[in-house]
Amino acid sequence: MTATGRLNWLGMILPLALVLGLELWLRTAGIVTDILAPPSQVIVALIGGLLNGTILAATLKTLTGAFGGLLIGGSLGMLLGIVFAVVPVIDRAMEVTVEALRPIPSVALLPVALMVFGFGYGMEFAIVGKSCFFLMLILTRSAVRGVEPRLREVARALRLSRAATTWKIILPASLPRLFVAFRLAASLSLVISITIEIAVNPQGLGYAIMTAQQALRPDLMLAYFVWIGLVGLCLNAGLLLAQRTLFGRAALTEEAR
Amino acid sequence: MTEAPKFAFASATLALGGKTILQNITFDIAAGDFVCIIGASGCGKTTALRLAAGLYQPTTGEVRLDSHPMTAPRPDVAIVFQDYGKALLPWRTATGNISLAMEAGGVPKAERGDRIAELLTLVGLSGQGEKYPGEMSGGMQQRLQIARCLAQNPSVLLMDEPFGALDAMTRQGLQDEVLELVARSGTTVIFVTHDLEEAIYLGDRVIGLLPHPGRVGIDVPVRLSRPRDQLTTREDPEFLRLRRELFDFIKGSEA
Repeated sequence: MTATGRLNWLGMILPLALVLGLELWLRTAGIVTDILAPPSQVIVALIGGLLNGTILAATLKTLTGAFGGLLIGGSLGMLLGIVFAVVPVIDRAMEVTVEALRPIPSVALLPVALMVFGFGYGMEFAIVGKSCFFLMLILTRSAVRGVEPRLREVARALRLSRAATTWKIILPASLPRLFVAFRLAASLSLVISITIEIAVNPQGLGYAIMTAQQALRPDLMLAYFVWIGLVGLCLNAGLLLAQRTLFGRAALTEEAR
Repeated sequence: MTEAPKFAFASATLALGGKTILQNITFDIAAGDFVCIIGASGCGKTTALRLAAGLYQPTTGEVRLDSHPMTAPRPDVAIVFQDYGKALLPWRTATGNISLAMEAGGVPKAERGDRIAELLTLVGLSGQGEKYPGEMSGGMQQRLQIARCLAQNPSVLLMDEPFGALDAMTRQGLQDEVLELVARSGTTVIFVTHDLEEAIYLGDRVIGLLPHPGRVGIDVPVRLSRPRDQLTTREDPEFLRLRRELFDFIKGSEA
């Protein structure tokens, strides 16, 4: 889909040709492999998995892990990002701490999280939460700092209080960029939760991919790839729709206003 | 003049980052005067206006309103910025933008509606209250910003090259409207512009700044009858004489 909502036929040519080519190649060359399957078999596996409920059950677990972490970490990160941007002293005081903790890869914390939370949602919330927290913190801080200086001057000239300035000027002015940050955090949360499931946590889509691969079912494994792509696409579309409908003009980007 | 001046720059000097931007600026403005500030670009005329607004504090010296030093922005001093596109809230309608000034001033909600309608009519935007700034032309957006400033009931109106970004026809229309507005309300105006003819056409007095550092170089009264007229005023020999004088001043200040 393009921004105008019409199907982009020109953009569909290459993916369709690739799928068709893969199908023809695997069918005619007589290749036997454990990592590839003809697209037709992938579709059959996808429909089968959807019909018997295993894919949806795994999706539910992954999304719960992802969104739980996103909500906890993302909202905390956004809140602190606003505070950091509005009160420079706090930002300076926290700079070293934040910059020291932020580069630690989320996945490197897996052994610790495993010991603290064991298998299950707890470790996913913690690890996804850590990633989303820092992403939202940094992006929120820069979104709030990037507010047009003239608007701050208008607020000062009108003698708005700090609370009123934040609520009436700073937040609405940074809303479009906050939404972009939230969409990035949402897709990151999905990536991290699936990574955790592939690495250690025996649940959800990541674990299902591993199981399919070990069962020598490349068709099912690829079906999960396709499905994860679709879930990500729907997630982004849903968030875009929410941005347009929930917050009105304030959430639109400058160009769209 | 025995009466205390409405507005006064008293040896105001401003240094930012170790560099002197404005040096020893001194002049008085009587209540109801329309004073234009001109100068080559970079001479600090916009900075001087920010001092007057209380957005900056002088490093030494004082800026006084009604004999009180301006230590912070005041509700009865309103400032119109040049870049109306950035100074208006794009997510609020015209009504909402004017309302912002009233919210800041603590005007009760019940009283805002009528006053906003009145202000919209005053600046020629009646019936446009539900439009967003993005749906308005540049001239309309600047009218809206002026309306927001008038919502503060200012006794001093500061204008920073307000018509610089507008086309010639729109600019002339707005010049006459602003003159009419302030003539009716008796507001004191400090108007910064780089357009010499605009300064003469609007002002009771034109102050020219010299650059590096910014300081007062010329201060001339404009003895042209009011109301001004876009054709006859601009053809008046006195207008032409002032234009020559100020043109020579700017040229000399750049040399």
